[in-house]
Amino acid sequence: MSEVSFKIFRFDPEKDKKPYTAEFTVPTKSGMTVLDGLYYIQEHIDGSLAFRSSCRAGVCGSCAMHINGTYRLACETQISALNTKTVKIRPMAHLPVTKDLFVDMDPFWEKYKHIKPYLIPGDEPGEIERLQTPDERAHLDTIIDCILCGACFASCTVNNYDDEYLGPAALLKAQRFFSDSRDAAREERMELVDGEHGVWRCHTIFNCQEVCPKDIDVTGSIAVLKRHLTADRFSPSLKKH
Amino acid sequence: MRYHQVIVVGGGLAGLRAALELNKRNVKVAVVSKVHPLRSHSVEAQGGINAPLGNHPRGSHDSPELHAFDTVKGSDYLADQKSALRLTEDASERVREMEHWGVPFSRTTDGKIAQRPFGGAGFPRTCFASDKTGHVLLHTLYEQCVKYEQASERGEMVVYDEQIVTGLIVDDGVCHGVIVWDFQTGEIDVIKSEAVIFATGGAGRIFGKTTNALISTGLGMAIPYWAGIPIKDLEFVQFHPTTLFGTNILMTEGARGEGGFLLNNEGDRFLANYDDSSKAMEVAPRDIVARNMTREIMEGRGFEDEYLHLDLRHLGRDKILERLPGIRDLAMKFVHVDPIEAPVPVQPGMHYTMGGIDTNELGASRVPGFYAAGECGSVSVHGANRLGGNSMLETIVYGAIAGDSAAQYVLDGASGKTPDDTIFEDARKRELSRLDGMFTGAGEENPADIKDELEETMNRKCWVFREEKTLQEGIEKVEELLERYQNITLNSTGLRVNFDLLWALELGGNLAMAEVMIKGAARRKESRGSQFRTDFPTRDDDNWLHHTLAYYTNDGPRFDSSEVDLSIWEPKERKY
Repeated sequence: MSEVSFKIFRFDPEKDKKPYTAEFTVPTKSGMTVLDGLYYIQEHIDGSLAFRSSCRAGVCGSCAMHINGTYRLACETQISALNTKTVKIRPMAHLPVTKDLFVDMDPFWEKYKHIKPYLIPGDEPGEIERLQTPDERAHLDTIIDCILCGACFASCTVNNYDDEYLGPAALLKAQRFFSDSRDAAREERMELVDGEHGVWRCHTIFNCQEVCPKDIDVTGSIAVLKRHLTADRFSPSLKKH
Repeated sequence: MRYHQVIVVGGGLAGLRAALELNKRNVKVAVVSKVHPLRSHSVEAQGGINAPLGNHPRGSHDSPELHAFDTVKGSDYLADQKSALRLTEDASERVREMEHWGVPFSRTTDGKIAQRPFGGAGFPRTCFASDKTGHVLLHTLYEQCVKYEQASERGEMVVYDEQIVTGLIVDDGVCHGVIVWDFQTGEIDVIKSEAVIFATGGAGRIFGKTTNALISTGLGMAIPYWAGIPIKDLEFVQFHPTTLFGTNILMTEGARGEGGFLLNNEGDRFLANYDDSSKAMEVAPRDIVARNMTREIMEGRGFEDEYLHLDLRHLGRDKILERLPGIRDLAMKFVHVDPIEAPVPVQPGMHYTMGGIDTNELGASRVPGFYAAGECGSVSVHGANRLGGNSMLETIVYGAIAGDSAAQYVLDGASGKTPDDTIFEDARKRELSRLDGMFTGAGEENPADIKDELEETMNRKCWVFREEKTLQEGIEKVEELLERYQNITLNSTGLRVNFDLLWALELGGNLAMAEVMIKGAARRKESRGSQFRTDFPTRDDDNWLHHTLAYYTNDGPRFDSSEVDLSIWEPKERKY
């Protein structure tokens, strides 16, 4: 049986003066994931290690963390794929550390809530479903795959200097409703993402797109919102073309 | 001490739907969820949700009666028939309401909700959003909760996430609230309420080989069980035919509904060789397919004596990308197989607990003020075997019904009793000292070892095929583990963000429910639906056409039975 070394960021704000790195030796086997390794440590070496997890299948969004140089979901990252003897793990950036890899997600959720993340239809529903053609529905493909894990938020460099920036996940959610043929609050939501902490803060660095575990074109979605807002400002001359 | 008129425990589909119903009826509700609601196991559901919409040309004649009959037949006649009919009568309205709230369902060419075939139904009835139906339903329900949370100025709708309910407050036979452990602050608090609805999900993590999330433990069923509410029919465990070899991550039944094949190591579609699956083939009900797969593997026609092949290649790249992108992604990430190019290694795995907290057809338990909905409860609409696509339907139909029942109870004045505040404070103190006691135990047992042994025991002794000898061996082992659990020691102390303590509590719930499950399986000497006894291979309506009830006692579960509602259809042999 082979082994790897886990080097993990540790910090309990109620006990520790400052963060430190703890090292653990973990026996590995075929198919083993980083999350399996964290559980091995928590169950057999140090029960105080704190990290979130739930589905262990890459769909619930609990376990995004910084693993060997980039943000990924621990549950779907196989140790062998890292091709290394050392697994280095840090918590998500831009969010306060509650304990170890367990961060306070509230700032992330507040931004999600800011963009009115729910369908705002323009009419009362009828007896049956609202109709939506397969083509209209296709506009929502991949956007709706977002699991709100926060990897994009943590990777975004704009968050380094602007705490109030809405961030990629919230903007993506805005575009999800913006693109839905059933939604009637385009302009209302546009106002929420306009402004100095909204879409204009995005510098198109593509970090969010690169780290997205669901391969969503997050940066592109922000660009769609920008284009719409820009077109509005140039109108009517631009709209003619 | 906090107060809300009604507390919903659990932020998955059933819990959020119940909360929305309470909100609709102007009853102030708090959802208490041990994880953020979007991390609930509901998010993993893939294939779809049944409703007799008739949107598919082959299902245009569908009706609630046909859907209910399929459900009852699928249950091997152990479902309560009026409950099953209520499930299907409400189905279309509830599913369309989800669409009105924004669920991005896949669509037919004329813009309606698309439907696909699933096991146990003669034609396509399962509404879907590619193979991520649970994900979009859960996100949409949570979005609606956010909407009402934002709209409420007086806290009519509150969601407390990462707060863990560890006990119920039951006084003089009436439920008055819950004890809550705030995981982030470490505080133990009481929330008073007029009513409590449990929507805590299933108990898959009793087993090692399960599709369930790590958080799907028996604790949500065990808490009411310890408080005196019986558990119904827990021996009926659904084994899903197609779970990924190695991790047991779900590969949706929709893969077979869309036309996927199951192949043995001879390349043979072996389901044709068994009487009970030769006609329906891959879309025979889950219990039948899981058994025949297990037989193939046991008789040496599997791969590495462990798994079979789910072959989707003939569906073609476009259909796989359109209809099954999620499971393709999972197969590529977890077993490095692209279903477009190669068959996927699958084996049956624990998937669903048909049984659960005993409730009546309105979601009410026998303790006034206590309700249950979704997988943790047992109404019962699934009986001895659940049809694919009916679990998500149950969450939104019976989530709404339980919410409505609790609202009515509160608006009618609840129990009329107002217990003294000392009851709550005493309960809080008792819980604090119980939890503290877990840090100072004298024993040497590591709970993780007990967990591993429990999972292995249930995998081996309470699996697809069961018999007296192995069940008794399993019972002995579970009893031994229950003893050893008394001697656990936690190496992390304190109540703040303590996963050692959390997993120890979850393990306590798993052990309690494993005991109920395996003793119930040994007691029921017949084969019905998901329970197959090799020593009693046929259904025995004369002696066993009734529900199992298990009551907590200090000496283990005391078993009793209750009648099945057979008022609509007469039990017949179940043939497909």
